[in-house]
Amino acid sequence: MTGHAPTALDARAEQARWVLRLAFLVLAAAFFKTQVLDHERYRLRAEDNRLRAVPLTPARGAILDRYGRVIAENVPGYSVKLLAPDRAAFLEALARLATIVPVDSAGQADALRRFRAEPYLPALVLRDATPEQVARLEERRVLLPGLVVESEPKRHYPAGAAVSHVVGYVAEVTDADLRAQRYRGAIVGSLVGKAGLELEYDSVLRGTQGMRYIEVNARGRLVREDGAAPPRPPVTGASLRTTIDLDLQRFVDSLWPRGVRGALVAMTTDGQVLALYSAPTYDPNDFIGGISAERWAALRDDPAKPLYNRVIQGRYPPASPFKLAVAAMALRRGLVRFDTRMPEPCTGSLRVGNRVFRCWDPRGHGRLDLTGAIAQSCDVYFYQLGQKLGLEDLLADGVAMGFQERSGVDLEGESSPVFPGDVKYFDRRYGPRGWSRGVVLNLSIGQGENDQTLINMARFYLALASTGVAPAPYLVRPQAAAPMRVDLTPAQLAGMRAALLAVVERGTAAGTRRTDLEVAGKTGTAQNAHGADHGWFIGFAPAERPEIVVGAIMEFAEHGSIVAPYVVRTIRRWYFGSSDHGRGVRLLTPDDVAPAPSEPADSAAPVLPADTAAAGTPDSLEGAR
Amino acid sequence: MNRTFRLDRGILLALALLLAYGVLVLYSAGQTDVPTSANGVWEKQLVWILIAGAAAFTAFRVSPRLLEWAAPPLYALGIVLLLVTLVVGTGAGTAAGTRSWLAVGGVRIGQPVELAKLATILMLARWLAGRRAAPRSLRELVPGCVIAGVPFLLVLKQPDLGSAIVFAGILFAMLFWGGTRPWLLFLLATPVFSLLLAFNVWTWGLWCVVLGLLLWWWRPFLLEGITVALVNIVMGFTALPVWRSLAPYQQNRLLTFLNPGLDPQGANYQAIQSKVAIGSGGWFGMGWLEGPQKRLVFLPAQHTDFVFSVVGEELGFLGVTLALLLFGYLLTRLIGVARRTTDPFSGLVVFGVAGLILTHVFENVGMTVSLMPITGIPLPFFSYGGSFLVASGLAMGMVLRVAADAVASGYPQR
Repeated sequence: MTGHAPTALDARAEQARWVLRLAFLVLAAAFFKTQVLDHERYRLRAEDNRLRAVPLTPARGAILDRYGRVIAENVPGYSVKLLAPDRAAFLEALARLATIVPVDSAGQADALRRFRAEPYLPALVLRDATPEQVARLEERRVLLPGLVVESEPKRHYPAGAAVSHVVGYVAEVTDADLRAQRYRGAIVGSLVGKAGLELEYDSVLRGTQGMRYIEVNARGRLVREDGAAPPRPPVTGASLRTTIDLDLQRFVDSLWPRGVRGALVAMTTDGQVLALYSAPTYDPNDFIGGISAERWAALRDDPAKPLYNRVIQGRYPPASPFKLAVAAMALRRGLVRFDTRMPEPCTGSLRVGNRVFRCWDPRGHGRLDLTGAIAQSCDVYFYQLGQKLGLEDLLADGVAMGFQERSGVDLEGESSPVFPGDVKYFDRRYGPRGWSRGVVLNLSIGQGENDQTLINMARFYLALASTGVAPAPYLVRPQAAAPMRVDLTPAQLAGMRAALLAVVERGTAAGTRRTDLEVAGKTGTAQNAHGADHGWFIGFAPAERPEIVVGAIMEFAEHGSIVAPYVVRTIRRWYFGSSDHGRGVRLLTPDDVAPAPSEPADSAAPVLPADTAAAGTPDSLEGAR
Repeated sequence: MNRTFRLDRGILLALALLLAYGVLVLYSAGQTDVPTSANGVWEKQLVWILIAGAAAFTAFRVSPRLLEWAAPPLYALGIVLLLVTLVVGTGAGTAAGTRSWLAVGGVRIGQPVELAKLATILMLARWLAGRRAAPRSLRELVPGCVIAGVPFLLVLKQPDLGSAIVFAGILFAMLFWGGTRPWLLFLLATPVFSLLLAFNVWTWGLWCVVLGLLLWWWRPFLLEGITVALVNIVMGFTALPVWRSLAPYQQNRLLTFLNPGLDPQGANYQAIQSKVAIGSGGWFGMGWLEGPQKRLVFLPAQHTDFVFSVVGEELGFLGVTLALLLFGYLLTRLIGVARRTTDPFSGLVVFGVAGLILTHVFENVGMTVSLMPITGIPLPFFSYGGSFLVASGLAMGMVLRVAADAVASGYPQR
């Protein structure tokens, strides 16, 4: 064949070599692009392939009391997680795990939910595994290829139920929270504060999530737990030093009569909250490791509402303690002095127009001056003082003093008080002709359209007990909220304190008088449309130069004088510590004071139409029914 | 003088280096964190290399004259085996979905296609060497097209697109070496272009215009020119029916080859994981035995079809370049041997073997970086597999014999 001539072959061999060079050049160029030019992209891609980031939970910051005693701390705990390539494998592994350690069906459903949310991360199955459970799982690790056990600090509240309404509790962040981005930096499975200080200071306490990297193979099975890539350790949250006195807090808890609903708050005169107690209470430790569904339902559906913080969320008619506000308004406007007497002496009631407004004491108080009227809590005196002041001024001054504002305490969920801003409120509520100017009589004794939180009333007494200016109460740091101003001269303030001292010395709370510490304060009995009246007492000590203010309310306590001993004992505990073994106050049993309550406390605060309220008997109301 | 002393040292060196390199990479491919079928295959590969060495020795002992004489019966045997495979064949390994294995009593004894490739080379060489002149017209190419076309269609039916392409590669390489004009080869290939370009009316229309101009320029025989034009047009119109006749996985492979991001979890998973492995290797690689993609079994078929991805991941661009240089050197030597032969048949056989190896290398290596669509054909001397290794051994034995004869003939060397 002619094609086999040497010269022709040479030419063809040369052409073939060129084809060869071209082919290999193309291949080399493709590899150069992939390996050198696009190297970084593929390197990252390869890491994504094999590395799974496992979040490392930081320890939450400790919460300490004012002396450094522990309110909330962390103890070692274990969490158990499962990594699986797909849903079927996850369910299989979960079923196998459940044969080794018990996981109830709700827990399994939660685990599956977490897996679905982040299928590429190990899904949390058990938040609070015991060391024994962990040991049993580790022994059977071969059966559970995706098992990830992590030591995870868990929360502990040594004082338990005594501090629940101060610290609140922590729980796993919900999907809704995540969607709403309520907690910055939280991811599926994060523990976040749900109430109290844990919620208010969550961003401080939570710390920064760390990461460690585990290596998985192409089937998503765990290959190596450590050393795949350098971990990023979690940063423990900052500790909180609070103003709480844990000893006082525990004392209040031990003092509080079982079964009685109510609240107590103690603070120094510069607004530092020493104790904050709401009853009934709950144990925040129940939430650690996930609260069981039954326990949660029991807490949520309990008619006594244990999760409800009555100090900041409960709204009650301020009753007699509000008389001091009315007195302050009148004094400031120069309408009265402490020795001023009213035109009508107290005969047990006051006739206004064709209606009779009764005093709480049907025997009457006779002709009292302002100090005496405060000491005896004489309603008739304050009806007349209210009339003198006028509805418009009473409302305007109440707003100016801050009875329409929250106290601004650094706890989440504080309720706003109910207080009319002006007379238009009544027009709106009842229609222009639906109410009478008699409402001023009710308002002047702290009833009517006025519902205050305990902490806001305590703040008003703080103002009286100090220079007339009360900063927002706080548990951790002073708050920026505008201070409450009473605007009285020092002499007027001193007169107020003398009158409040008289309440305890010879007035409505005389039973609690003790010689070694002068306690001043004011009782109150709030009308309750749903049962026995609520009892108030707000006091401070020492009466001359007050240092501590304590307010308390007990639902269905019938009279403030029943509450006063608890406040006085709290104050004495603060002053004398546990050495106060003096004459005991008779503690009433719950059965004495509380008829079986049927309504939740927050609806216990009546806001009555003016006419019915005016027709009733303040401080011992029957007319509301 | 004994032929043994006339062994081509360059080819032997390249073969030894390629085989050693291949075994090292295979050893590494077996080092995974999870048990895979790749564990320990390097030992079996060593056994196969010994068997392939024996096959090479046997082929080396056979005279090219005997091969030329035996080409028709060998070719017939190859076709029969392919037919048998088509009827009773089983799938296995990376080709689980195809019927490419011949099994006797449940024991797989080999993939006949590898032997058929050699038989086709011999048959084509015999036909081309027997011609008095190089083919000058398409009509004269018909016997060659039939020789390669029968096994081509039989393996396409298995279906094994990769091996079918190899038959085409062999045909074109040998026709070229037989003296066929490149433009004639180009005309022969035009129907394939039509097939590929017919998916878009405009590209196909443009292609028809170009083809018309080329026909006018090259002036083939009138009848052939008309035939080429007609075949192109028919191809253009049958493209869609042909496409529909493809198995879904073949369609997917072709689609993802054209658009790699199409289906990262499915058809294109292998291509992407291979590229990730190779790309993460960088200049110097992750180190021998250390490639995480391979170790964690992200790499598919890391001991057979995608063995070159292990090279890319663990030894980097440098390792890749070294392997390519070795292949390039071997192929250059083969071209040199083909050039030096004393008779056309021997030269055509050697050049056919070179075409076989180049097609395999380009297809396999190109596929690991998505330069070629994914087909299941092995990389010579690297991929684990007995049939292809033995076939390679036979081919290399023939090549070495031809080279030794060329030296013995005293034909002027260049």
